[in-house]
Amino acid sequence: MSVYDQVSATRGRHGGRISAAAGYLAANPATAICFGVLLIFVLMAVFAPLIAGDPVKIDPAERLTGPSASAHWGRDHLGRDVFARAVYGSRMSLLVGFSVAAIATVFGVAIGIYAGMSRVGGAIAMRLVDAMMAIPAILLAIAFAALMDAGILTVIIAISIPEIPRMVRLVRSVVLGVRQQPYVAAAISIGTGGLPLVWRHILPNTLGPVLVQATYACASAIITSAVLSFLGVGTSPEVPSWGGMMADARSFFRIHPELMVYPGVLLSLLVLVVNVLGDRLSDALDPRKMVRGSV
Amino acid sequence: MLGYVLGRLLAAIPIFILVAIFIFSLVHLTPGDPAVLLAGDNANPQQVEKIRERLHLDEPLIVQFGIWAGNALQFDLGESIYSNKPVTQLIAQRIEPTFVLAAVTLFLTVAIAVPLGVIAAWRANGWIDRGIMAFAVLGFSVPVFVIAYLLVYFFAVSLRWFPVQGYKPLSNGLLTTLHSVTLPSIALALVFAALIARVTRAAMLEALSENFTRTARAKGLGTFRILVIHALKSAGIPVITVIGIGFATLVGGVVVTESVFNIPGIGRLTVDAITRRDYPVVQGVILFFSALLILINLLIDLSYALFDPRVKG
Repeated sequence: MSVYDQVSATRGRHGGRISAAAGYLAANPATAICFGVLLIFVLMAVFAPLIAGDPVKIDPAERLTGPSASAHWGRDHLGRDVFARAVYGSRMSLLVGFSVAAIATVFGVAIGIYAGMSRVGGAIAMRLVDAMMAIPAILLAIAFAALMDAGILTVIIAISIPEIPRMVRLVRSVVLGVRQQPYVAAAISIGTGGLPLVWRHILPNTLGPVLVQATYACASAIITSAVLSFLGVGTSPEVPSWGGMMADARSFFRIHPELMVYPGVLLSLLVLVVNVLGDRLSDALDPRKMVRGSV
Repeated sequence: MLGYVLGRLLAAIPIFILVAIFIFSLVHLTPGDPAVLLAGDNANPQQVEKIRERLHLDEPLIVQFGIWAGNALQFDLGESIYSNKPVTQLIAQRIEPTFVLAAVTLFLTVAIAVPLGVIAAWRANGWIDRGIMAFAVLGFSVPVFVIAYLLVYFFAVSLRWFPVQGYKPLSNGLLTTLHSVTLPSIALALVFAALIARVTRAAMLEALSENFTRTARAKGLGTFRILVIHALKSAGIPVITVIGIGFATLVGGVVVTESVFNIPGIGRLTVDAITRRDYPVVQGVILFFSALLILINLLIDLSYALFDPRVKG
């Protein structure tokens, strides 16, 4: 088998693995259910104005009233529509979850590949990663969100910063593994180097593990953003978020536990669905090591 | 062995220096005047000027960092803007509840997770395994404050077995203290245990497929002996490593849990400091937790020698 055959065979095998993974997902009913639930959450976030009323309108006369035709899940301590806030709250969770996953992926893959390819640069990058991972992620996020101007962008950056080192560590370990493979040595020996080498051989191999890690990063970001809102850091309290709704419900917990239940169940369900999808993806692609964390 | 210990110790030093730089930059490289930032929202110009002088903010950044880090090495983390007390004193005052909470949580976690992981690996792919792993996914999907309020609702509000919130110091007796931290510890332990149970299962599966397990079985050892004495000891390293990595998660959980249960620990101190914009305290607490994590992971590295004879060499 010539080097060219070997190289192209490898690429073919890789494509096969991805489509096999897709087949596995389709054949697995639990996965389909989770996809369905996630889709419902996404639709809920996108079409929130069509589904629910005004989530920020305050109506003190109606405070803490039960379910009614205008407010399906009753009203909170400021007379705001709980159902509307719950529906709009999905926007915050999904936006933060997907954005953090995307940012962690882009920066994590770029830095991770560099750290895996360059000896000196890699050593420096890994010391930085070790140091960042020594700072508890939640504390870093809370402190950053509190120091910067309040807003959803601040929250996204605050949560992304501790997620990036996890991705870097994963990508680097994959790159170091791939570099040991005979076909990479072969590719280097026929003069492939630099960007083409990374693009054709290194990057495709990181795809599976990165996708799984991105899913876990999304789940953990949704939890962290809820923690930030729950502690009252980051976005302003009137922006509807599930963590914020739970913080509001704290004082009325004994008389109105349902105010805590709605956002708590939605939040847990969304994170559960994303985590299960990550696990299924991980089983289907069988990547090496995953570093994960959640609260 | 001594070389290994020294090597690990030396490796921890640059990490700690980098952590200090990160935490320092967090306050000093953010937009705006650090003196105004440190003084808080209600400070007058004289107070701002006083802080600028006291913290040497007119010096170059590198000199400022040197002064701050030098003081930190002598356990001087500055003073709180809110109470004017030294940050180290504030941390020392709050350490007991956090320590008790973390210790009880760790105990519960290991007591729950390791047996579950071992049983799941022993009955791999059976319904017991599936059940345990479903519990594990649920465990780290439900945020700690959701679990916390669920526990409070059933065991404190409805059944009245435990207090809704608060902490009883150790001076009231160990049992009283343990009673007051039961619910927060269970809430935290459920999240942490989910992670450890999964890793224990994976490590055990690997150990059970090794030759020494087959040998143990061939010479007629009982299932319990094989699982606990032979396989679990070999599965120890990944499990201990994850407990170490999980400490970072645990710290985050402690901050949230102390806030939910109104426990006057370091987590509560952190949240209060952040809402009051008390930056020296914020900086100090993060440095404290990070140093603790580095120390714990160092101890874990050293404990490998107990599990893996090859490390001793």
